[in-house]
Amino acid sequence: MSTSAAGRTSTAGRTSTAGSTSTAGNTSTAGNTSAARLRYVLRIADLSLVLGQRLGEWVGHAPALEEDLGLANIALDLLGQARLLLAYGAELEGRGRSEDDLAFLRAPDEYLNPTLVEQPNGDFAQTIVRQVLIDAFQLALFEGLATSRDERLAGVAGKAVKETRYHLRYSADWLIRLGDGTEESHTRAQAALERLWPHTRELFEEDALDSDMAAAGIAPRLADLRAGWSAEIGRILAEATLQRPAERYHRWAGKRGEHGEHLGYLLAEMQWMQRTYPGARW
Amino acid sequence: MSTGAVLLERGRIETAWAVLARVEDPEIPVLSVLDLGLIRALEETGAGALRVAVSPTYTGCPATEVIRARVDAALTRAGLGPVEVYTVLAPAWSTDWITAEGRSKLTAYGIAPPTPHGSVVICPRCRSSDTELLSAFGSTPCKALHRCRACLEPFECFKCL
Repeated sequence: MSTSAAGRTSTAGRTSTAGSTSTAGNTSTAGNTSAARLRYVLRIADLSLVLGQRLGEWVGHAPALEEDLGLANIALDLLGQARLLLAYGAELEGRGRSEDDLAFLRAPDEYLNPTLVEQPNGDFAQTIVRQVLIDAFQLALFEGLATSRDERLAGVAGKAVKETRYHLRYSADWLIRLGDGTEESHTRAQAALERLWPHTRELFEEDALDSDMAAAGIAPRLADLRAGWSAEIGRILAEATLQRPAERYHRWAGKRGEHGEHLGYLLAEMQWMQRTYPGARW
Repeated sequence: MSTGAVLLERGRIETAWAVLARVEDPEIPVLSVLDLGLIRALEETGAGALRVAVSPTYTGCPATEVIRARVDAALTRAGLGPVEVYTVLAPAWSTDWITAEGRSKLTAYGIAPPTPHGSVVICPRCRSSDTELLSAFGSTPCKALHRCRACLEPFECFKCL
């Protein structure tokens, strides 16, 4: 039995799943195992999925019809990215699970998105600040991934980079109007910035898995993305007449599955149908 | 014998292109999937299937799956099956791939064709260049909402990607 399984090329993902939960990124060859690749892909996929779900909460509740459409359209793009990436992840996992299984049947500590995207929508200023901070990050990330040695990632990123540029134009435009608007909108935008800024640091924290992916030519170096991101955010904040907050201590590490209290509630709402009626289909 | 086989093959592919020219986009029925530049490759496999490569417009566009199903159904109905439709992401689809005919069909339909960000959008109704952006996002992932200050009509514009 075992010899025939070893000889089958289609089960490549199976051999590496045994220790996948704890060892991804610990060895220098991790970039070449499908377990490590899966874990990296989930980080990017979960960012898109969780943010898309958050933005979807605005549908029917946004301050104006145009913003309702705008936020819903961005959510749709993010959901599209998540689907492509999770489908790829499911193939890498090689256990017969689908993109839907990965979305609807993983627990909060198996989600690897940065904690910034799971933060509640709050008021419109908080949604827009979160969006600007993450759009600029995603843009830099996708630009880097577009030349990835991993063709699947490069394909998704090459497509997403154009959409993300459009998203950033929208969110930056709004942040400038809020920051450089009325006293009330300025105060709220600055407060949102103070509240969310500590979550930006983990975006650029490189762990062993990130380093392995970069060394293997699969991902850009996170440290290299930081300068461009910081300059872009600085430009937007200056035009919005907002102050860049001071760096503060933070303890989140979403990419390792360590989240705050909000993700559980978000997933409970997103997953309840599959949890309540397992296998339900349209 | 070999000549006959080549002619036969060319016949099937040519017929398939003609069929695809009549497959409408579900959101903008005035455009065919060819006008939009969505069909990337059309070939016969060794096993005799017709393989069609389709590119999505926007990553999350719900129309993508409808388009795939319509392509499959149209080719099958034309007796060209078995059909295999697959998705190609790279290089990423661009609005530059909308054909010249597609662009004029869009204008005639009342949707301004895509123009680079920051450039003038011409009103598809009165041709005035005195227009403004109302909303960067519109009723579908591919459109933004504009307004003409000359004829005062709102109109949609294909987002430039």
